[in-house]
Amino acid sequence: MLWKMLPWKIARHLGAIAALVLLGGLLSATLVRLAPGFDADERELDPSLSAESVRALRQSRANEHNILSFYAGYLRGAIHGDLGTSHALGQPVQSLLRERWPVTVRVAGIGLLLAWLLASTLAFTACLWRSPAYEILGVSLSGAFLCIPAAVLALLSVILNAPGYLAIALIVFPKIYRYSRNLLAKVYTLPHITAARARGLGEARILACHVLPVAGPQMIALAGITVSIALGASIPVEALCGLPGIGQLAWQAALSRDLPLLVNLTVLVTLVTLLANSGADVMIYMLGPHDA
Amino acid sequence: MNLARKLACVVVLGVCTVSLAANWLAPAGYARQFREAPSAPPSRQHLLGTDDVGRDRFARVLYGTRISLLLAPAAALVSTVLAALVGGLAGYLGGIWLRLARGFTDLFLSLPWLFLLITVRALLPLNVSPLVSVLITFLILGLLGWAASARVLSTSADALRNSDFVLQARASGLHGPRLFLVHVLPNLKPVLYAQFWISIPVFILSEANLGILGLGVAEPLPSWGSLLRELEGLISFREEPWRLVPLLLLIVVLTSFQTLLSSEEVPA
Repeated sequence: MLWKMLPWKIARHLGAIAALVLLGGLLSATLVRLAPGFDADERELDPSLSAESVRALRQSRANEHNILSFYAGYLRGAIHGDLGTSHALGQPVQSLLRERWPVTVRVAGIGLLLAWLLASTLAFTACLWRSPAYEILGVSLSGAFLCIPAAVLALLSVILNAPGYLAIALIVFPKIYRYSRNLLAKVYTLPHITAARARGLGEARILACHVLPVAGPQMIALAGITVSIALGASIPVEALCGLPGIGQLAWQAALSRDLPLLVNLTVLVTLVTLLANSGADVMIYMLGPHDA
Repeated sequence: MNLARKLACVVVLGVCTVSLAANWLAPAGYARQFREAPSAPPSRQHLLGTDDVGRDRFARVLYGTRISLLLAPAAALVSTVLAALVGGLAGYLGGIWLRLARGFTDLFLSLPWLFLLITVRALLPLNVSPLVSVLITFLILGLLGWAASARVLSTSADALRNSDFVLQARASGLHGPRLFLVHVLPNLKPVLYAQFWISIPVFILSEANLGILGLGVAEPLPSWGSLLRELEGLISFREEPWRLVPLLLLIVVLTSFQTLLSSEEVPA
């Protein structure tokens, strides 16, 4: 049953992702087209250009006036691997993404891994020990990090000479800790856990056999969401720590109003986020109960 | 109300009151430059010293706190009203409207918050007057921050649509906007209040992030974001610890908001 339904489930997710990305792309293209100053070209201010040259420049942008033809042109290019050229950096967007993406994957990946290690260790030990002091320590620690803006954590990591991924870990950690601690605390109050304890089962066995199967699906869903949080955190961290990744590129694009680059980055990040969430959903489906 | 909540309430009200009294406490204002004393340490004249261009840091902290603490709730109000319109109405109408609204909120929520913020901020002119930059920053927060609240509200309104008292009102001949305004919307009030209060600290943090990245409130107008930007030049904490005051104030205020919103989470 599982293997029969799985391809449909994956196909449905991929369809939804394609629809959302296309719709998101259209929305972004519309915003870019309607943004103040979109039609302006600095080259037109060059006094050495003749009237014919200025007319030719305007003619070259004529197909960008209609939003749908502008978006269709963008999609046609994207299918052929041409995502346009960055106005500010003067480089093809595709090569910029190829250069910068590995840095973000490394920094956000290590940060995410550290955040999960720290948060789940604290949440599990808090549930196992059930010490109010330890619980308050965890809540206070996560609360403090929740109150510090991501950009300040990035600045503090620069001042303290700490690596950028540590800042990402500390930005993501409180969200994972708060959610998983509440989830585990709720699962530990279920009657079958109390019954297992009354029968003398060890804490490790209760955790592995009775708590994780109940909390697991929601933890996997949370893992999908944290990818989005880590990617968002990569903007201030990479911008302020001087890491040449997608986040820094997005910040530079925003400051120089490089709208085509910014739209491509937003679509790319949306795609990764949706893939992570859909991956988590498919995993939950695979691990869930199925008819034989 | 437990002690922690009472304390948090006093802190938030105290900070709000002090910031509202900025005109009396710091009559020199946030933009006046004391050119003879740039980067001065704390003194009787300048309680928190001066910044690189000689502006009184204490005055800037007071005025910046006022801007952030007044405009973040205003942005939260905008986003809550939008969420009530989109989520509340979609949940009340149900069917295709609910599915459309959920699809649209899913699209919004799938974009990382900071990416969405800086993209939309970059679409608007960056070279604007300080006052316009404040309005743009907080309006963007209000107009983009509705999706999560709308998701919650659509679920609550959907549950209300099928509740007994709404069915009875419908059977009594009440329909359309009147049914929504008289029976559904008042019952959504607790969710609306919760979403409003949850949005305030989120918007304060978002403004701070935008400000530090240079995409928030423009100089010389202060806000928590632009005040925290000063940390960029800090080499060590021991060198000029008074520069950390805006950060400490932000942490205290946000912790108080957190305590007010979730103090029951801490086990007794």
